[in-house]
Amino acid sequence: MSNLSHSSAVSASSLKTLLARYHADPHALVQILRELQAQHGWLPRPALGQIARALGVTLAHVEGVAGFYRFLHLQPVGSYRILFSDNITDRMGGSEEMLRHLCHLLKVRPGEMRADGRVSVTTTSCTGLCDQGPALLVNHHQVVTRLTPTRIDHLATLIEQKTPPEQWPVDWSRVDENIQRADVKLGVQPAPGQALAAVLARGPQAMLDELKRAKLRGRGGAGYATGTKWQLCRNAPGETRYIVCNADEGEPGTFKDRVLLMHSFDAVVEGMTIGARVVGARQGFIYLRGEYRFLLDQLQAVLQRRREAGLLGAAILGQAGFDFDLTIHLGAGAYVCGEESALIESLEGKRGTPRIRPPFPVEHGYLGQPTTVNNVETFCAVTHIALHGADWWRGIGTAQSTGTKLHSVSGDCERPGIYEYPFGTRIGRILEDCGARNTQAVQVGGPSGVCLSASEFGRHIGFEDVHTAGAFMVFDRSRDMFEVALNFAQFFAHESCGFCTPCRVGTQLVLRRMDKLKRGYGSGDDVQILFELDKLMHSATHCGLGATACNPLRDTIAKFRPAYDKYVTSLHFVPGFDMDAELSQARLATGRDDHGAHLETLA
Amino acid sequence: MTDHSRIDALSPGTFTLDGEEVEFGPGDSILQAATRAGYYIPHLCWHPDFGAKGSCRLCTVRINGRSGAACAVQAASGQEVESNTDDLNAQRKTLLQMMFIEGNHFCPSCEKSGNCKLQATAYAMGMEGPHFEEFYPSRRVDASHPDLLLDLNRCIQCLLCIRASHDADGKDVFAIGGHGIQTHLLVNSPSGLLGDSAIAATDRAANICPVGAILPKRVGFVIPIGQRSFDVKPISEQLEGAKP
Repeated sequence: MSNLSHSSAVSASSLKTLLARYHADPHALVQILRELQAQHGWLPRPALGQIARALGVTLAHVEGVAGFYRFLHLQPVGSYRILFSDNITDRMGGSEEMLRHLCHLLKVRPGEMRADGRVSVTTTSCTGLCDQGPALLVNHHQVVTRLTPTRIDHLATLIEQKTPPEQWPVDWSRVDENIQRADVKLGVQPAPGQALAAVLARGPQAMLDELKRAKLRGRGGAGYATGTKWQLCRNAPGETRYIVCNADEGEPGTFKDRVLLMHSFDAVVEGMTIGARVVGARQGFIYLRGEYRFLLDQLQAVLQRRREAGLLGAAILGQAGFDFDLTIHLGAGAYVCGEESALIESLEGKRGTPRIRPPFPVEHGYLGQPTTVNNVETFCAVTHIALHGADWWRGIGTAQSTGTKLHSVSGDCERPGIYEYPFGTRIGRILEDCGARNTQAVQVGGPSGVCLSASEFGRHIGFEDVHTAGAFMVFDRSRDMFEVALNFAQFFAHESCGFCTPCRVGTQLVLRRMDKLKRGYGSGDDVQILFELDKLMHSATHCGLGATACNPLRDTIAKFRPAYDKYVTSLHFVPGFDMDAELSQARLATGRDDHGAHLETLA
Repeated sequence: MTDHSRIDALSPGTFTLDGEEVEFGPGDSILQAATRAGYYIPHLCWHPDFGAKGSCRLCTVRINGRSGAACAVQAASGQEVESNTDDLNAQRKTLLQMMFIEGNHFCPSCEKSGNCKLQATAYAMGMEGPHFEEFYPSRRVDASHPDLLLDLNRCIQCLLCIRASHDADGKDVFAIGGHGIQTHLLVNSPSGLLGDSAIAATDRAANICPVGAILPKRVGFVIPIGQRSFDVKPISEQLEGAKP
């Protein structure tokens, strides 16, 4: 930790080396800022000025980009920066109490840096370790899983002793794959290059036809037909084309992409290489969420091994002219970058604000060129289809939803982890298999997905019925569904990019309304306003984040109304503040605390 | 993000706006075409001289039944656009209320009153009060420039000054910073202050602000309240970009 500093003086030579490594390319701004921060701990303004000059952009632009990402800091933060994952599943495991306990032990306030600059402790959105949480992230690099109060005690001691995180007990950072049920994608892995050879033999057009016949649909949430997307990209006019893998798995409760990256990364890269062959791309990117920084070295090693095996780089598999290579781009804490056009903006070194669409990325994507963006799981599926054919793939799943889907199961169940099922699987079946008992509700697809109550457990996973991006959070009857909705409201308010009015203000208003209810000042009027906000945000926001931000609210109000009603004290308007509490400053100033200084006794 | 023209929008044609036929040219957005023809679709972040951003969302209309921002959707033949409906105007009123409560807007004491597009649009949409609780954020006032005042309390993040400074002035004096509810305007200068920036009072960026966030100094009350643009005629009758 000794290299981290709270001074604003950044080593000129290391900054110069960093800028040279990225050829002073303004499109690499997010990566440059991330790496500078990894070296220096935070981003001092003079260094931003140096970067701006080197990149030929304005200081305000650099400051604007840095200020967009939750993991980049324009003010000094502690040498140990502790971020507790704040998903509802972490909270169910006691994360809030553990955060308070750690802050107490370290004598630091949540969200602030300790006066000696040693440590800061706060929360971050779900880190994708829900099956082995509660979890935390240290210095945006290392994770600690399976937190217990004992582990927190030990952790506080290590921080006080200035033990570098890399010397903490190895077991603390253990991340398990937790594959509970494997089907084709998580089963026997194809030999690297095998599917690619099949595609080279078949030809790109035939592979495209095969994908279309397989009826493969995107696994990231939108469910767009992969074959059609690739066809559009292949046919779009452009000087070059790009393939992008969306590994910005930010939807709370989702960790299936992490497991695919750990377990089946060869198949993912092979799918991207097949994509490059089909659309005619020479360069690709993997947009890896910042929370998965701990996977970076092992992923780079796989890429290197594939280069050495002639599966990436020039003349892949000896085919002259088939050149393709990949760069891993690290995110810096911004859920909205999971939206493909925001992801592309971020890849270009900008704030991750979603673009106006159309034009869609397939015709106007990275640097204005046709770009195919697909989810990790989609690329993995492509590899299997290339190897086994469309008929085999269509034999799995249902008519409209072919193949398998991975589910990240967490919450109240005996066996959390990854479950791969053919599409068409009944919700109740998944609950039985994971050992869920006395289940009240399941949040499928994360906060932007759908909340199902017990009467709906007979429904099926698939585009025809219950659509999912891969999260499956289980809540038993001991849980307060209002707390679940409140956690999701906090998530959306935290992650709104701030670009459009309805999402920027609406997510705040929802949160304030929920807080008001929780504080016991709720009324029927507040619930009515929540309905109004839901309606507005569904029809007026710039992108899907805002449009889906009220989904959990809508579902929980509709299906778990008593959870709200217990906070509703009046049918009519109740002000959101405590009149007597407002007088506390006056009492302080006058030194009075007698009956006459309190409001309720005045009447 | 500069070229939004698409092959299917390259030929001129007509669409209907609330039942009236509107002609559009190649590459026109619905808002561009409607404004040129003299129809008012409420908007704040759009200006005919600069590209669309789609951030304020006031111009949200229904196009063949689907919601879309009129500034960001290309006009196409056969579109049926609904704009002046009770539902959409109610939605606009809510969006305006959101803009008021997230900042600090005190119309009676604001120099811009009567010339303010936020105020004028709120009148046009029948807004009578904030509806939601005010956020009362703590925002910066920057009086460092000799001729201009920057008061972020009134900024609605329309991004017009950013576009004007880039496109018209070639100066890039402004940028956007932060995220979520903390999103704010940034000034490009070593100190971050407007007085140290390259902006001049005659710049387009200094005169594009629809609200009172960027104001010229010393002329605030030269025209008395009661005789200002929107005191005389409602905003719906003073469209910038309409054919004379």
